[in-house]
Amino acid sequence: MRFPTLVSSPHLKPPTSVGGVMREVLYALVPGVLALVWLFGFGVIWNIIIAAATAYACEAAMLATRKRPVRMFLADCSALVTAVLLGIALPPLAPWWLTVVGTAFAMVFGKHLYGGLGYNPFNPAMLGYVVLLISFPQHMTQWAAPASLVADPLGPLQSLQVILTGVLPPGHSLDALTAATPLDAVKTGLGMAKTLPEIRSGAIWGALGGKGWVWVNVAFLGGGLYLVARRIIGWPIPAGVLTGLAVPAAVYWSADPSTHPGALFQLVSGAAMIGAFFIATDPVSAATTPRGRLYYGLGIGFITWLIRSFAGYPDGIAFAVLLMNMAAPLIDSYTRPRVYGQSRGGRDD
Amino acid sequence: MRRLWEFPGGLHLDDHKAESTRRPVERLPLPATLTVPLQQHIGEAAEILVAVGDRVLGGQTLARATGYVSAAVHAGTSGTVTAVEERPVPHPSGLTAMCVVIDTDGRDQWVAPLPPLDWQASSPMELRQRVRECGLVGLGGAAFPSSVKLNPTGERALEHLIVNGAECEPWIACDDMLMRERAAEIVEGIRIVAHALRPREVLIGVEDNKPEAIDALRSAVEAAGAREIEVVPVPTRYPAGGEKQLVYTLTGKEVPSDGIPLQIGVVCHNVGTLAALRRAVVEGRPLTDRYVAVTGPGIREPRVVEALVGTPFRDLVDFCGGYAGDVDRLLMGGPMMGFAVADDGVALVKATNCILAATPALFPAPDTAMPCIRCGACTDACPASLLPQQLYWYARAQDFERVQDHSLFDCIECGACAYVCPSHIPLVQYFRYAKTEIWAQERDRQKADIARDRHEFRQLRLEREAREKREKRERKKAALRSRRAPEGEGLSAPGDDKKAAIDAALAKARAKKAVKDPARETEATRERTGNDGDTD
Repeated sequence: MRFPTLVSSPHLKPPTSVGGVMREVLYALVPGVLALVWLFGFGVIWNIIIAAATAYACEAAMLATRKRPVRMFLADCSALVTAVLLGIALPPLAPWWLTVVGTAFAMVFGKHLYGGLGYNPFNPAMLGYVVLLISFPQHMTQWAAPASLVADPLGPLQSLQVILTGVLPPGHSLDALTAATPLDAVKTGLGMAKTLPEIRSGAIWGALGGKGWVWVNVAFLGGGLYLVARRIIGWPIPAGVLTGLAVPAAVYWSADPSTHPGALFQLVSGAAMIGAFFIATDPVSAATTPRGRLYYGLGIGFITWLIRSFAGYPDGIAFAVLLMNMAAPLIDSYTRPRVYGQSRGGRDD
Repeated sequence: MRRLWEFPGGLHLDDHKAESTRRPVERLPLPATLTVPLQQHIGEAAEILVAVGDRVLGGQTLARATGYVSAAVHAGTSGTVTAVEERPVPHPSGLTAMCVVIDTDGRDQWVAPLPPLDWQASSPMELRQRVRECGLVGLGGAAFPSSVKLNPTGERALEHLIVNGAECEPWIACDDMLMRERAAEIVEGIRIVAHALRPREVLIGVEDNKPEAIDALRSAVEAAGAREIEVVPVPTRYPAGGEKQLVYTLTGKEVPSDGIPLQIGVVCHNVGTLAALRRAVVEGRPLTDRYVAVTGPGIREPRVVEALVGTPFRDLVDFCGGYAGDVDRLLMGGPMMGFAVADDGVALVKATNCILAATPALFPAPDTAMPCIRCGACTDACPASLLPQQLYWYARAQDFERVQDHSLFDCIECGACAYVCPSHIPLVQYFRYAKTEIWAQERDRQKADIARDRHEFRQLRLEREAREKREKRERKKAALRSRRAPEGEGLSAPGDDKKAAIDAALAKARAKKAVKDPARETEATRERTGNDGDTD
C-alpha cells in the first residue's frame, strides 16, 4: 500500500493557531471593555465598532492590493485586536472620523506598508493613537466623565448620535459629560504648584486613584492574568512594565509624597494594566528573547513613568511602547540565551 | 532522593503509550521474505559476503563491518538469497539502498552461536570485539555502532554510565514493553558494559509515566544484587529522552557543543541496545530482531511485536489487524521526529522503534504557513535554548553565516518549536534545509581547497621545471661557449688575443663550477650579470 502524505516531522496536530491566539486576546479584553462601558458609557462600544469596521475594510483592501490571500488573513482576527485596542484607547465620545483616521493609519501605514502581519516594527494601534494625539490634541484630551458623576448619562443611541454628528442631545452640556482623567488632574495640578493632597480632593477621586479607573485597571489585570495562565503571553513583559513603572514611582514618592504620586496610584491609573498586559505584549513588535522581554518591559514601564512625571503628556504608554519597539531588535541581539553545551561567552569552538 | 536538573523548554504531550502496551508482546511469525539493507547504521556500509543463489542460515553474517565506525549485518533466519540490489528503504530521503533479499524457507535453521563469554572474566577488548561481530548498533533510533562506545576512556575514569529508558516521544512504546518484560536482561547488559567501562555511577533514566517499567527494573536490579545501578524516574516532558537532555537531567552536565558525552565523562546507551548486547555476549547471538511498536490511530490492534530485521512493514501491520480508517501517512518513528515512508513494502531496520499509521483526525495535513508573528513560543519550547525564530529568518534569507552564528548545529530537530508555532511554520524543515545547504557548501569549499592546492602544486612544478630547463640551457650555453672560445683563437685579431684568452679561461672555470655545483649556478649567473652591469 502506498501513502501519499510525505511531509516532514513533527506530524502532530498543532495545538494553536494565529487566529486562536488573537481570539484568546479578545476574550481576555472583555472584562476591561465592560468596565470601561460601565464607567464611561456606550461610546466605548461604538468606538470599537467603528474601529473594527475600518480595520477590516483597510485590511481587505490592502490584502487585495498586495495580492495576498484575503480570506486567510481576515480570519486571523489580528485586525480586530488592533481595532479593539485603539477603540478603547480613544475618548469615549470621540467623533467618528477620528476613530476612522486613526484606525486607517494603523492598518495601512502601521501594518501593511511594512509587509502586513508579522512584519510591522511598531505596534499599529499605538502608532494610530500617537498620530491622533499629535494631530488632534483637543479631541484626544476630552475624556468622558465617570458615569457616577453625570446626572443624566447618555444612552446607547444618544452616544452614537454624539459620535456621528457631534451635536449633544438637548439638556446635555459638554462640560457635564467630560472630565479630566486622574492623570490629567495630577499633571495640571502639579503644574499649578498644588500638592497632591490638594489635587486629590476633587470629585473624580476615589481611595486609590481616580473613581472607577481602579476597576478598569483591575479588569484588565484579570484579563492579562488569564492570558499568562493560558500561556498566550509570558510573564516577563507585563512584570517588567509594572516594575519599571512602580519602582521609580515608589522611590520618588518616598522622597516627596506631596509632589509625586505613589506606585499604587501609577498602577491603577490610565493605561497601566492594559499597556502592560495587552499592548506591550504585542508579539510582532516586542523583544523575543527570554531576558530581552524583561528588559523591554522594564524600559516601557520606566519611560511611561518618565513621561507621566516629567513630560508634557499625562500618560505615556503609547510613546513608551513605540520607543521600545525601536529598541527591540537591539535588545534581542544582546540578550541571546546561552545555548546548551556552549560556554557562557558564546560558541566555544 | 537524587537531585535532578531541569532542562529548558520542552513539551507536555499526550503520551499515547497505552494503545500499544495493553497487549503483551508477541513474536511475529517468519515473514516470506526478508529485505536486509547493508547500511542500517551511522558510518560506513557493511561489505557484502553473500551472492544471489546462496543458501544462508539464521545468524549468518551477510555483510561485515568495513571501518572503525561500521556494523555487520546478519540473516534473521534460513533461506535463499534471491537478490542483492537497490531497494526502497525506510530513510527520510526516500532513496533506495543496497539490500540483501532472502526468501525464507520456514525451517529456521541457524549457524552455531558464537561461544558464550564469561563477561566477568573477559577484557573490554574481547567484549568490544564480540559486540562488533554481532552487528550491534544503538537501538534508540540513532543506530550508532555500539562497539565504538565500548572503548575504555584511557587515563580519565568514566563518571557516569547512563542508560536511556526515557522513551519520551508519544506513541513509541517498544522500550517500555522491553523494560517490563526483559528487565533482567537489560540489567545484565548494563553490568557487562559497566564491567568494561568501570563508571563511577550507573543511572537508568526512565520517564515517570512508565511505573511498570520502573518497578520491573528495580526488582531486576535487586535480584541481580547490582547495588551500583540506580533506577531514576525523570519527569515526563518531551524530549527528556534526548541524549543531551537526559544527560543534563541526571547529572547537571552539558554535552559540549559539537562534542560527545565521553568528553564530560559520560557514556549513554539505550535499554534495547543493552538487552541485545547481553544476548551477543552471553548467548553469542547477533542482532537480528528487535521490539517495535506498531501503533497509531490507523492500526486496528496496536501492540509491540518482536520482529526480524528485514520484515516488511506490511507484514507487521497485517499481524496487528491491518489498517483502520483512512490512513494517509505511515511513519517510521514517533510523531515528533519520525519520517513518512511512501510504501509499506519497506522493511524493518535495526533503528525502527515504531511504525505509526496516522489518520487525518490526529495528524492533519499541514496548513498553509502564516507569517511569523514573533511570539517566541518556539524559544520557550526549545530544549537547547536556541532562538528558532531567528534561525528561521536567517535560514529563509539563506544567510548561512548568521544561521550558524545562532548555533544551528546545536539543534537536535526535536520538533518542539514547530509543534508550538501558531503560524504553523515548518521550522524543522527550514533548519534541515539550512544544514544540508551548509554541508553542501562545506563540501564544495573542500573540493575548491583541494583544487586550489593542486593548482598551486602544479604551478610550483611548472616553475621548477622551467627553472631546471633554464639552468640546463645555461649550462649548455656555457659549455658551448667554452668549446667555441679555443676554436676562435686563430680567427681573432692579434690585438684581442690576450683578452680572448682570459675570457675563455674565465668561461671554462665558470662552466666547471656550474657542472660541479648546479645549485650555485644562479648565484654565479647573478655575479656575472652584476659584473657586466646588466640589469637582466
